[in-house]
Amino acid sequence: MDRKDFMHQLWRWKRGSISRRQFLGTTGLGLATATLATAMPQLAGRRQLHAQELGDRVSLTTWPNYHDPENFTAFTEATGVNVEVSVFGSNEEMLAKLQAGGTGWDVFVPTNYTITTYVDLDLIEPLDLAMLPNFDASAYESRFTDAGSVNGTVYAVPKNWGTTGFVVNTANVTHEMTTWKQFWDLSMTDYSGRTMVHDYQLTTIGNALKYFGYSFNSVDPNELAEAEKLLLDVKPHLFAINSDYQPSMRNGDAWMSVAWTGDGKQLNRDIPEIIYVLGKEGGELWSDFFAVPKGAPHRAAGYALINYLLDPAVNAREVLAHGYPSADTRTNELLPAELLSDPILYPAADLLSALEFGAAATLTDPLRAEVMARFKSA
Amino acid sequence: MTASDNIAAAERRGRVITAALLAPSTLWFLLLLLLPLAVVVVFSFGERHPAGGYQAGFTFENYLNLPARWAAFRNTLVLAPIGTAICLLAAYPLAYWLAVKVGPQRRLLLLVLVIVPFWTSFLIRTYAWIFILGGRGIPAVIEWLGFGDVRLINTPFAVLVGIVYGYLPLMVFPIFVSLERLDKRLLEASHDLGAPPLRTFLQVTLPLSAPGVITGSMLVFILLMGEYLIPALLGGGKVFFIGNALVDLFLQSRNWPYGSAVAVALVLLMLVTVTLYLRATRRPGSRDVSLI
Repeated sequence: MDRKDFMHQLWRWKRGSISRRQFLGTTGLGLATATLATAMPQLAGRRQLHAQELGDRVSLTTWPNYHDPENFTAFTEATGVNVEVSVFGSNEEMLAKLQAGGTGWDVFVPTNYTITTYVDLDLIEPLDLAMLPNFDASAYESRFTDAGSVNGTVYAVPKNWGTTGFVVNTANVTHEMTTWKQFWDLSMTDYSGRTMVHDYQLTTIGNALKYFGYSFNSVDPNELAEAEKLLLDVKPHLFAINSDYQPSMRNGDAWMSVAWTGDGKQLNRDIPEIIYVLGKEGGELWSDFFAVPKGAPHRAAGYALINYLLDPAVNAREVLAHGYPSADTRTNELLPAELLSDPILYPAADLLSALEFGAAATLTDPLRAEVMARFKSA
Repeated sequence: MTASDNIAAAERRGRVITAALLAPSTLWFLLLLLLPLAVVVVFSFGERHPAGGYQAGFTFENYLNLPARWAAFRNTLVLAPIGTAICLLAAYPLAYWLAVKVGPQRRLLLLVLVIVPFWTSFLIRTYAWIFILGGRGIPAVIEWLGFGDVRLINTPFAVLVGIVYGYLPLMVFPIFVSLERLDKRLLEASHDLGAPPLRTFLQVTLPLSAPGVITGSMLVFILLMGEYLIPALLGGGKVFFIGNALVDLFLQSRNWPYGSAVAVALVLLMLVTVTLYLRATRRPGSRDVSLI
C-alpha cells in the first residue's frame, strides 16, 4: 500500500464507511477472486461484450452516506465495471488531493462554490455531453445547474441539492431548537460534551458566523475573528469535530450535530426522535455536481457511471436511499408524494429564503483555512 | 607482479564490492530521505499560493507562526513521553516474565501471542477502540455499576489507551531480547554474595537490560512523536498531535509552506529530544549493544 492509498483508506475508515472493496481487500476475498479471475474470466463480473470497452473499474470520490450501494451493484452487473468509492469530509480536502496530482479519480462530486476554482486551476475537463445522454438541462431548475457552467461551458452536471442545518436528538435535548444562536449557546451549557461540528471550514465557520448574524460566506477579518473566538470557546464543550456524525448520533454519544439534509433524513427515518433543524438566521443552501478530473484513468467508465446515475429511475432509487432532494423533474415524477412534501428535504419557504449558496472565495481564502486549522489544533 | 601489488588489487576489489553493496541503500537514502527533506526545508521559506499549495518566496513568517500550533506541540510533547513511560512500565514485567520465568516450551507460544495483533491492520484494531470506549462500551458498564456518567472517547485518556495498546509489543521485544541474553550465572553470583532479590534486580538485572529499555523507548517515542492515526480516531479531532496538524495543513488549509515549517520544527524537536535522551542514558565506558 503506498502513501496515497493509505491516506484514502484512512479517511474512509475515519468517516466510518467500509466499502465493498475494502471488505474484500481486508478479508483477502478480493485478491483471491482477482487471482482466480485470470483463469476464470466470469469471476471478474459479468461483462456485456457488445458494450463499449469501459475497462473493469471506475473510481468515484464522493461524500458519506450519499449513494444507494445497490445501484453500484446493478451498474457492475450491466457493464462489468466495478465502482471503487472513496468518501471525503470536505471540499478543501478534495481540492488538496487534486492539486497534489495523481489521484486516479475518474468521477468526483464537488459542491457548487468550488467549480470555478477547479476550472481556473485547470483540474477538471469540460464535459462531453454527447457521452451523457441522460443529462437534460431543461429538466432542472436553473439555480441548481448554474454553478456547473463556467463562461457557457458545462464542467459539471447536478447530483443533488440540500441544506446545512443541525440534527437534534429530542430524547435528550428538551429545548425547542430553532436558531444557530441556541445551537452554539446550549452546546456550551446544557448539552456540553454532546455536540459535534463538521471537520469542514465552510459549514463550521459559516454557521459560527451566523451566531453573530454575519454572512455565511464572510471573509472579513473582524467577523472571522469573532467566529474564531466563539469556536474556541465552544471547543472544550464539543463531543467531536468530524464530518461523519451519524454513528455518534445513532449510538447516543452525541445529541446535536451540524448536519446536511440527507443525514438528517436518514437519522430521522431510523430514529424519529432525531429531528433536522434549519437555523432561523440562515445558513447554507448547496448543490453538488458530478465532474471529471483532467487525466482520469478510466474516463469512459467515468462518463458511463455519471450517465447511469443521471438515469431518472436510478436517480430516484438514490434519492430514496440517501434522502437528498434532486433538482431533476423527471426524477421527482418517480418519487412518492410524501417524500416530495417532506419538510426535511423541502424546507418551508421562509427558512429556505434565508439560506446562501457557498461563495468561491471561501474555498481559497487563507484566513478561513487558518481559522479552521487553529480551531482544530487548539 | 609483487605481493604488494596483489594486496592492492584485492583491496581495490574489496572497495568496489563494498560500494556496489552500499549503492542501493545510499540511493534510497538520498532519493527518499535527503532529497524530500531538502524540498521541505526549501518550501518552509516559501509562500502559500493564492489557491493553496506552494509558490516560491523567501520569508521567515512560517517559522514565526509556529506558536499558533503550540497546542499540538504541547499535546505531543506531553502524551508521547507519558505513553512511552506507561508502555515501558507495562512491558518490563511482561518481558521479564517471558525471558526469565517461562519455560522454553511455553515461551514460543507466548511470544507468538504478543505478535498476533500485528496480523490485523492497525487501523482496524484502533477503530475497534472507538466502540469499546464509546458511550455503549466501557462507559455503559461503569454507569451500570453505579459510578455515574463517564466520558472516555475523544479524550486524552482514550488516546493514551490507543497508544499503549498499539505500541506495547514494540517495547516488549527489545527488553525481552536483552533480558534473555542476560547471563543467569550473574544472578546466582549476586545471590551467593548475599544480595536480596530486589538488590539483585536493581544492581544486576536492570543495568544489564538497559540497552533493551533504551532501544524500546526510542522506538516507541520516535513513532509516537509522529503519531497521526490514534489521535485522529480516538481523539475525535479534539486531541491534536503535530502529525494531525501537519495533515490538516497539507490536506485542508493547503498551506504547504507553513506545513513544511511545522515539519522542520518536528524534525528538529525530535533530534534534540533523542540526543538528550541518549546522552542521559548512555554511560561512558559501557558496552553499547543497543539496537540503534
